[in-house]
Amino acid sequence: MINTVPPAAIFIIGALFIPLFKGKLKSVYLLLLPIVGFINLINIPEGSHWAIGFLDYQLVFGQVDRLSLFFGYIYHLISFIAILYSIHVKDDFHHMASIFYAGAAIGVVFAGDLISLFIFWEIMALAATYLVWARKTKESSGAGMRYLLVHLFGGLCLLAGIVIHVLGTGSVEFGYLGLNGLGTLLIFIGFGINCAWPGLHGWLTDAYPQTTATGAVFMWTFTTKTAVYVLARAYPGTEILIWIGAIMTVFPIFFAVVENDLRRVLSYSLINQLGYMVCGIGIGTHLSLNGTVSHVFCHILYKALLVMSMGAVLHRTGKIKCTELGGLYKSMPLTTIFCIVGAASISAFPLFSGFISKSMVVEASATGGMVVIWLMLLFASVGVLEHAGIKVPFHAFFSHDSGIRTKEAPLHMLIAMGITAFLCIFVGVLPGPLYSLLPYPVNFEPYTASHVVTTLQLLSFGALAYIFLLLSGIFPAEMRATNLDVDWFYRKPVAAFLWFCNVPLTVFRNGIQTFSSRAIKAISKFATDPLIVPETIFKGIQLGVLKALRGTPDETTPKIAALEFEINRLIKMKETGRYYGTETPRRPVGLAVLVSFALIFLYLIVYMIV
Amino acid sequence: MGKEYFFDKPKNVKRLLLGFYIFLFVILIAEFFIHKHIFFRWERYPFFYAMFGFVAFVGLIIAAKYILRPVIKRREDYYD
Repeated sequence: MINTVPPAAIFIIGALFIPLFKGKLKSVYLLLLPIVGFINLINIPEGSHWAIGFLDYQLVFGQVDRLSLFFGYIYHLISFIAILYSIHVKDDFHHMASIFYAGAAIGVVFAGDLISLFIFWEIMALAATYLVWARKTKESSGAGMRYLLVHLFGGLCLLAGIVIHVLGTGSVEFGYLGLNGLGTLLIFIGFGINCAWPGLHGWLTDAYPQTTATGAVFMWTFTTKTAVYVLARAYPGTEILIWIGAIMTVFPIFFAVVENDLRRVLSYSLINQLGYMVCGIGIGTHLSLNGTVSHVFCHILYKALLVMSMGAVLHRTGKIKCTELGGLYKSMPLTTIFCIVGAASISAFPLFSGFISKSMVVEASATGGMVVIWLMLLFASVGVLEHAGIKVPFHAFFSHDSGIRTKEAPLHMLIAMGITAFLCIFVGVLPGPLYSLLPYPVNFEPYTASHVVTTLQLLSFGALAYIFLLLSGIFPAEMRATNLDVDWFYRKPVAAFLWFCNVPLTVFRNGIQTFSSRAIKAISKFATDPLIVPETIFKGIQLGVLKALRGTPDETTPKIAALEFEINRLIKMKETGRYYGTETPRRPVGLAVLVSFALIFLYLIVYMIV
Repeated sequence: MGKEYFFDKPKNVKRLLLGFYIFLFVILIAEFFIHKHIFFRWERYPFFYAMFGFVAFVGLIIAAKYILRPVIKRREDYYD
């Protein structure tokens, strides 16, 4: 037995040393990380390891059982493939972010307590945001910021839930939770945001199409599947998940039909596939949970394959929209083949990986007698065929010829896609090894005559409908357009709010500013010599009295003239603001002190009364 | 006009479609020679899955094209 370390440590600490390597050595180092991680992983015995005291709680960095091990295996495998696929990237930070991201996801999977789980959860959000920003376009910087904000909100939900749960139960242990109060509900919603539940999915279809071609492989894998993992551990058999999952399988397929950006089509496809997994968690039987977990494995591979093939197209042509692509099979034949393997796998054709995992969830719903759910899942299977099985390969590689002639994808990308395509077929033909790793004993045979024929009928006649609709011209045309989704609810109102701040509020602010600056000017003028006002008033009264009691003209006239002159002088002084000219004597300091005392006294009286 | 590729020839496309139609026929017929594993009553009807696949696909496309697209479609620079 060799000494082992927590599985996340190899990635997270290993990522820090990436900038130290150059050239070929860096490539070797990057590819070694998941291999070393995997060797470490298979040497960790099942059980609870690396418990560290933190304040009054115990952090556990190695909750190792069949469920977490299964996710650990596939995460290491896909990390290797994704790193190989992105080995040409020169940006060290991009590599570091990807590997931090993978490491944090592995950290969540093996976390035995809610505190370390939360910390890894947040590292995931930050690292993933960098992968959106790394595309360095205007759209990606906006989408990345929205991604970050949504995930910080989700993280706060999770944190609030954890705090309430821990205060209530006194335990930070991460195991089965179940919905039984506000704390667990908030944790449930926090997980649900990362799992792209209907209505909470806006961030996914917004940000994922904006990621870099290589970062996408990581993005499409980790955040959502980690959410599936935590739901499978903490909320298996929670009935509402059946409905959430079934709705997730159905609604995105309509959006995918009319979408022009192929990576956005794959984002909707991701939500649809997550739906099967969430549904399986909700059903909560051994069959359905095995279905969920095996579907995670197959899904990560074939979705990565589709995303890699689209990434290769983006890498070579710089384009990703249906309206701009077509006919690429002529210059990228191998990528075309790999994409078709991915498409056949996700559509669950027999002999491809989707067939042996999705059918478990569908059968679990039938076994449970859930008619509506079963019909929804069956309908969604046809939808998968439409968007991921036909639309993605057909519009990129066949369809009308866009005239683009480019080179085949680079060799390392082809190898990464080749390995993945091989695994998709291998798992589809020989499901045994995969089934042996599942958390519960498997009593399921995918290759029955009934199952194969019914699936082929469903899919082939769906494809026939496609041909029929295409030839009759009913199939919706590709259009350059922005299609709205729930992200509208925060993008547009926030934009409207910003407009409200920039236009009406600014006018209002300017008004207040002008008014108050004038008022202050007046007050400061008054305050420069406040005594001038009562003095003028007093002299005015004197003048009035003198004029009223006018006696002998000789006696009063000079007095009146002197007073009038004095008043005019005071008013003029007030207007011109020149007080301390040569003709004006300065007022004694004692007078100012006296006034100050008077004001303080006045203040005290007001204070005592109020 | 550059090099001519496989699907540039209409004959190849026709051959491919013909092969597909033969395949459809075979899997329809195959249904009568197998033991169907039934969960729900309607699975017993012949060609249930074939019909479901076709109808669901057409329904999906029609709904997306005529209901969803008019609701959600905006100019491409809508958010700019």
